[in-house]
Amino acid sequence: MKTSKHKVVIIEQSELLIKGLEQILSDSSIFTIDSVGSELSNYINSNIDIVIINPNIISQNKRTKIRELYPSAKIIAMLYNYVDRDSIKQFDDVIEINNNSFKIIQVLESSIKKDIKKDNQADMEELSDREKEILVAVAKGLMNKEIANLHNISVHTVMSHRKNISRKTRIRTVSGLLVYALLNNLIEENEVLK
Amino acid sequence: MTNSNKYKLISGSTKMADAIFQNHTLLTVLPRFEVGLGFGEKTISKLCSDYNIDEDIFILICNIHTFDNYTPSDGELENINIKSVLKYLNESHNYYTKKRISEIEARLQSMNELSPSNHYKIINTFFCEYKLEIINHFTYEEQIVFPYIDQLINGEMPMEFHIDKYEKNHDNIDDKLNDLKSIIIKYLPEEYSPNERDERNDILRDIFLFEDDISKHTRIEEKVVVPIVKKIEQNYENK
Repeated sequence: MKTSKHKVVIIEQSELLIKGLEQILSDSSIFTIDSVGSELSNYINSNIDIVIINPNIISQNKRTKIRELYPSAKIIAMLYNYVDRDSIKQFDDVIEINNNSFKIIQVLESSIKKDIKKDNQADMEELSDREKEILVAVAKGLMNKEIANLHNISVHTVMSHRKNISRKTRIRTVSGLLVYALLNNLIEENEVLK
Repeated sequence: MTNSNKYKLISGSTKMADAIFQNHTLLTVLPRFEVGLGFGEKTISKLCSDYNIDEDIFILICNIHTFDNYTPSDGELENINIKSVLKYLNESHNYYTKKRISEIEARLQSMNELSPSNHYKIINTFFCEYKLEIINHFTYEEQIVFPYIDQLINGEMPMEFHIDKYEKNHDNIDDKLNDLKSIIIKYLPEEYSPNERDERNDILRDIFLFEDDISKHTRIEEKVVVPIVKKIEQNYENK
């Protein structure tokens, strides 16, 4: 479905190249183009998975800015003229003007694959007992630090549990987790009704 | 709709009826312009002039609702009257609160009355939280963001706000709606009756449709309002 497609942003000045990329991506069922533009946008897009950008559009010192603007995206350089080797290193991967559409899709897929693998593995499992304990604590409104103290683990471990809980349940908000806990009888209603 | 490339954008010369055939979700846009069916062969231009609607905005909104990755160019944005966009967003807020959200709320409420368990009570409480949050967000836009933009176009540069501050607010609200979907799909225990089973599906479908609609609303804010306001702000700062 639409929501599970990976969102792509294209930053490029040539309309010809943009249209070509749009065509190639639209033939693949796992990518959807969020937007195209000829320069960096000015605000943060945290829901973008891939940014395809012509390295020549932005000056060297502005490149770190891409990561800030697209914190969760893989940044792919699109090359059609000379770009020095050090600059290329700043990108997660590279597609070239003479790549065919198969190759381009392959590069994009493999750039996000590592994350997907991790996702799939976790999705197979039920919540562990430990995760259920953490979930109950979160649902009751405890802070990460308090949960860490309570269970004698590090804050980092709490956060990684929380990440896994949200990935498995597809529930992200604290009040959503509370609903989960109530429906699954992990918490009694009178424990939270104040 | 994901027919991204082979599209022919909706324009003033498109017949209104054809636009609906192309994308039936436009039916949810019409009430926000107080337009009803019965178009005959009317083009969008004619319809807009009959109803006294800002045609550029109407077309822009139809295209955003019809093509997932449609992003207006800087050139297109130059012709856009931001005041009309804000008026539309206001109308949308009304439409969402008075119609879409209250419909979902009423359905959940009647499930709560019918069901012997307390499950729908729990979900109702959660949905009420969501409703409060989104209404707060609408109010924030209507009382802080839109008046700020009004002042900007009236030639004042208010100091206490910047469009950068806006838009971060969206994420948590979207998360809640998503959580609600997960809960209904995955964790609401088995139904008691066929009636409940079917009603549950309908509620879920309503939520999905509402989510699609509101994502277009957000897109109008992100791809139309924010860039236009940024540009005005920059003009001030460069002075």
